[in-house]
Amino acid sequence: MSRKLLLEHINVPGIDTFDVYRQNGGYRAVEKALKTLTPDEVVEEVKKSGLRGRGGAGFPTGMKWSFLAKPEGKPRYLVCNADESEPGTFKDRYLMTYIPHLLIEGMIVASFALGAKTSYIYVRGEMMPQIRILEKAIAEAKNAGFLGKNILGTGYDLELYVQPGGGAYICGEETALIESLEGKRGNPRIKPPFPAISGLYNCPTVVNNVESIAAVVPIINDGGEEYAKIGIGRSTGTKLISASGNINKPGVYEIELGVPVEEFLYSDEYCGGIANGKRLKAVVPGGSSVPILPANLFLKTVTGEARLMSYESLSEGGFVTGSMMGSGGFIAFDEDQCIVRNTWNFSRFYHHESCGQCSPCREGTGWMEKVLHRLEYGHGKLSDIDLLVDVSKKIEGNTICPLGDAAAWPVAAAIRHFRDEFEWHVTHPQEAMERNYGLAHYADPLPPVGEPA
Amino acid sequence: MSDKIKVSIDGITVEVEPGTTILNAARQIGGEIVPPAMCYYSKLEGSGGKCRTCLVKVSKGSEKDPRPMPKLVASCRTGVMDGMEVQNITSPEVLEARRGVVEMLLINHPLDCPICDQAGECHLQDLSYEHGLADTRYEFERRTFEKIDIGDKIQLHMTRCILCYRCVFVADQLTDSREHGILGRGDASEISTYIEKAVDNDFSGNMIDVCPVGALTDKTFRFKNRVWFTKPVEAHRDCPTCSGKVTLWYKGEEVLRVTGRKDQYGEVQEFICNTCRFETKNTSDWIIEGPRHVSQQSVISANHYEMKPLPVIKKNLELQEANKEQFERATKF
Repeated sequence: MSRKLLLEHINVPGIDTFDVYRQNGGYRAVEKALKTLTPDEVVEEVKKSGLRGRGGAGFPTGMKWSFLAKPEGKPRYLVCNADESEPGTFKDRYLMTYIPHLLIEGMIVASFALGAKTSYIYVRGEMMPQIRILEKAIAEAKNAGFLGKNILGTGYDLELYVQPGGGAYICGEETALIESLEGKRGNPRIKPPFPAISGLYNCPTVVNNVESIAAVVPIINDGGEEYAKIGIGRSTGTKLISASGNINKPGVYEIELGVPVEEFLYSDEYCGGIANGKRLKAVVPGGSSVPILPANLFLKTVTGEARLMSYESLSEGGFVTGSMMGSGGFIAFDEDQCIVRNTWNFSRFYHHESCGQCSPCREGTGWMEKVLHRLEYGHGKLSDIDLLVDVSKKIEGNTICPLGDAAAWPVAAAIRHFRDEFEWHVTHPQEAMERNYGLAHYADPLPPVGEPA
Repeated sequence: MSDKIKVSIDGITVEVEPGTTILNAARQIGGEIVPPAMCYYSKLEGSGGKCRTCLVKVSKGSEKDPRPMPKLVASCRTGVMDGMEVQNITSPEVLEARRGVVEMLLINHPLDCPICDQAGECHLQDLSYEHGLADTRYEFERRTFEKIDIGDKIQLHMTRCILCYRCVFVADQLTDSREHGILGRGDASEISTYIEKAVDNDFSGNMIDVCPVGALTDKTFRFKNRVWFTKPVEAHRDCPTCSGKVTLWYKGEEVLRVTGRKDQYGEVQEFICNTCRFETKNTSDWIIEGPRHVSQQSVISANHYEMKPLPVIKKNLELQEANKEQFERATKF
């Protein structure tokens, strides 16, 4: 068994209540941070831990905190991004449902480190039960003196609010989240200025993912250096992976970063292999916006090394033969799944969720969806495949926020790796309606190194 | 001033005030290297960054930090730094991206220019003429919207809209209250009013002037005439609410419409009130200043008898020198 830091006590009955959580060593981090450490020391511990943002981009959290501007006379805010809506990712919801106090504890420590007197947890509107759970947890913590005025007699005040969102994927982008939190239309802002300089109500703001904030708790409890020993290279600590798709045991798993993907996928401790004795065809390792990989490229990198579940290893080979860690939404596809259909489904999502602010994303996502729909239903042309690649290139990098990139990458990657299947949909439209393309050569061993992939 | 900073755009260096955007620095140079802008409006705070037609490449960040910027940036919202080097029309990457953006803007545009009142002074027309493709690769039905009535002065054609948000900024920054806004999300987002409310503020007519396309047009001018058959004349009147400086568009003796005075980038010099725009359409209301100069490039100049400057052959010393050499060589033997 690997070490669990976030989900250590997840199976203790009643861990979602304050008392049980406290008995299991909860709120130790708050006591330690507020009583024995200065805010700068907390930031230093997080820096030492090498914790990287768990929301998708993987930016070092400690670094993000140290960029926060500290002008006199202006409040600073910490906002927790719980607007988890990426298809394939459900780790934050799990964490908030079963162990909400971990997030509250992390919020207190992080707010203390940043000097925030008011902090917000922005929860996606659809997660109404989780909003209630969090509000109850906040009330319990306040009752016990961990929130409100003069926490634990240290003179530090903190108010924590839960804000339901309207249920838009785009509000998971930090500046759109801030706009939405201010009560405006959730359009991403144009950067610069970055939120660390001018965010919520034009004050310096840090926006962190739920898991990043929760991970601050074990970092403060055990020390940053201890945390940094877990994991591999620059991917330190543990990560929650939401495993879904055609696997025997879908669910949320806490892994030590650096576990080989083969072990993660096939061992009984984690996913337990592909369901119904089928074979693996493709994997989306980090939520719908990261490039999809065929089985052979996923299990082994182009150079023949075993791929690991870490930020570096998953992105090895760049966009040509690699993917990304993303937010840890691990989706496995077996041999009976149709990649064209899946790509269409993803692009339908991005079409629906584009905010409509900047032209390439507003128009391009709809265009890609329509072309993919046509391909999937057997009305496509061979030129459509090149058209899709071209449109995705025109969107990528030319938009205000990363949603454009997120819409373009899965399409570009699916065509890069599964072009045969797309072409087969065009050349055999009737057959494509009746059966799937199957596994084909996507699990075959890779050609030896030296040949371009 | 000594604290001016130097920036080079397509190899042309210009000195600007700190805080200037790349686009405005380029406008100071002028000419071909000015990136096109569909959503940016210098008189509206917060506008820009949305249409992505003004993307440029920053090949050198600044003197202090010479790293290039990783992505193309929107020149209308990116400030210049000392020693910055920007590539606009000299970068194939930028031209490619701009072609892509223009294509995206046009795929759902109805292209009903023959019946559109904006034709002739439409920025999207100019933009697609300069950067667009001859035909479209889009083979699906174009997006349509349910028609809504936003009052007796302004006509809304949502299908033509490119969602530049300029009219929203006008309503926010010029009028007392904003009655319209963007509803919906993605390609279903539309300009609309709050439950069929009419847009009738004192300055709401400026929405027509700032609209780069034919989405918001003047109802009092609707289908009256093509703009290139009308004659623009500058005039002013003593208006209690605005500056009263306008352009009158004549057809014969009749004033067909009144607009603000637009500069070469299509931005009005001064916003005008609705009384000037919609209600004073007699020559007797105005003090005429004289005909308005129309750029030779514009279709509106088609029927105008402005004196064209005679072509001047510029002295090219290098060429003369070369010719002399050539002549000498030829006559040597």
